[in-house]
Amino acid sequence: MTTGIGGDSAPSTVPPLTAPGHGNGLLDVFRSRYLLNLLVQKELKVRYRGSVLGILWSYVKPGMQFVVFYIALGVFLGLEQSPTNRSGMPNYAIYLFSGIALINFFTEALGNAARSVVGNSGLIQKIYLPRQLFPVASVWVSAVHFLPQVVILAFVCLLNGWHPTISQVAVAVAAFIMVALLATGLGLFFGAVNVYFRDAENFVDMLLLVATWASPVLYSWEMVHNKLGPAWFAVYQVNPLSVAVEAFHLAFWYPTTAETVAMVPNLLSVWAPVGMAISLLVLFLGQMVFRRLEGRFAQEL
Amino acid sequence: MTTNSIEICGISKKFVLRHTRSLKEAFVWIMKGRKGDLSKKFYALNDITLDVAMGESVALLGLNGSGKSTLLKHISGVMLPDTGTVSTRGRVAGLIEVGAGFHPDLSGRDNVYLNGAILGMSKEQIDAAFDSIVAFSEIEEFIDTEVKFYSSGMYLRLAFSVAVHTDPDVFLIDEILAVGDEPFQKKCLAKIKELHAAGKTLIVVSHDLDVVAKVCDRGILMESGHAVMDAPVDEVIARLRS
Repeated sequence: MTTGIGGDSAPSTVPPLTAPGHGNGLLDVFRSRYLLNLLVQKELKVRYRGSVLGILWSYVKPGMQFVVFYIALGVFLGLEQSPTNRSGMPNYAIYLFSGIALINFFTEALGNAARSVVGNSGLIQKIYLPRQLFPVASVWVSAVHFLPQVVILAFVCLLNGWHPTISQVAVAVAAFIMVALLATGLGLFFGAVNVYFRDAENFVDMLLLVATWASPVLYSWEMVHNKLGPAWFAVYQVNPLSVAVEAFHLAFWYPTTAETVAMVPNLLSVWAPVGMAISLLVLFLGQMVFRRLEGRFAQEL
Repeated sequence: MTTNSIEICGISKKFVLRHTRSLKEAFVWIMKGRKGDLSKKFYALNDITLDVAMGESVALLGLNGSGKSTLLKHISGVMLPDTGTVSTRGRVAGLIEVGAGFHPDLSGRDNVYLNGAILGMSKEQIDAAFDSIVAFSEIEEFIDTEVKFYSSGMYLRLAFSVAVHTDPDVFLIDEILAVGDEPFQKKCLAKIKELHAAGKTLIVVSHDLDVVAKVCDRGILMESGHAVMDAPVDEVIARLRS
């Protein structure tokens, strides 16, 4: 980005001339990770200010959601296996919770990232700083909320006979990274578009509503496969969220069952690499759109 | 040969006044055979070319809406020009509305770190400057109080104090010389002069002509996006006052 001017007789201690306002995208975020760290801390401190339960709200809300889904779908609609209901899924509660935790991470991350640029308009209009920081910080904050939920999940799984192996943990970490990359990519895209058209944040809300139901969080993948057939099921699997949720099931839920349930074929050999590639592609495109649009942020906000 | 701190080469910036954005009006406009412009445009900056040498202190003068603040935003990188190029040397820090990075629900201490980092300081730099920042702002006993309980004067003092401790090479100052009470204003002015004496480049936007005359050597008069006069600051002020 250096535009050195020829014939400049400046001594070598003088820094070169540079064009202000031309960032290096996500690389700048890495360079200003101290600022990113402070923004995340600020967000965590400020979010539940003045409330008695504070950060516990991040667990009460998904906890309540879990209870509602468990009773409605597990008990009333019979997805939970019981002596009187042999056709259900074993340990449906763990199945449900592992999916909900991951999807909630995605929902919170994308929802906040899409609003982050407009929400920080005061700063963006006055001071130049890498604007990618704001969507990235939103995803990070959601990850901080997500981590303790995974700890709870792991604890419950251990009580139910889970003996974690390194490969299971690796699968879970890969699924988390896949979702984080996807949320960052979409967050950059919608965060930037939202500056020009505030419709973007409403569109994202709609998208997030669909996201919970478009991956096998509440139901099993076999139900989808039986209804759609193999061709359309492949389309369903192109969604990295589906793959990530299935990977979470494989890592946490599957070992707590008798391991007789069928898992998605080729999940780790085909779908996981495909999902990761799509997430990376989305991140790349999101970053590209963000950089194209960010030059006019200050005047459009 | 002097080294330039800022080189601005023929920059223009067009703003779109979008008062007709509804579908209905767009439809009517198409039906009428697309006469005229749907959106009105105006030049906030019109072909500005400007070199500022290192260590110079320049005042941007002019009436409201003449493009002074827009020019500052181009130097800081907040805005990019439609045509032309801007180059700066070293770190640029703006006292453009101090306190933009402050959050009311955080303590003064947290805000010093957050704002310092926003203005481009590292953790070590803030650690080293922290005592000096607090001492300059004169709010030692309130540093761990949330900023929302500060009086507006205290708030501005802390923000200004962080900004002057960022130690940039180019310092952009937009209408903040009216910080706090008179003793503090004098202190700020002294600090700005000190920065100037230390060889920092200053770009000042202010309507307070007396202050500008004290701080700056060179004045640039702006009128509806054009730089119409570039001369020693006293001459520019004399023309403004005539």
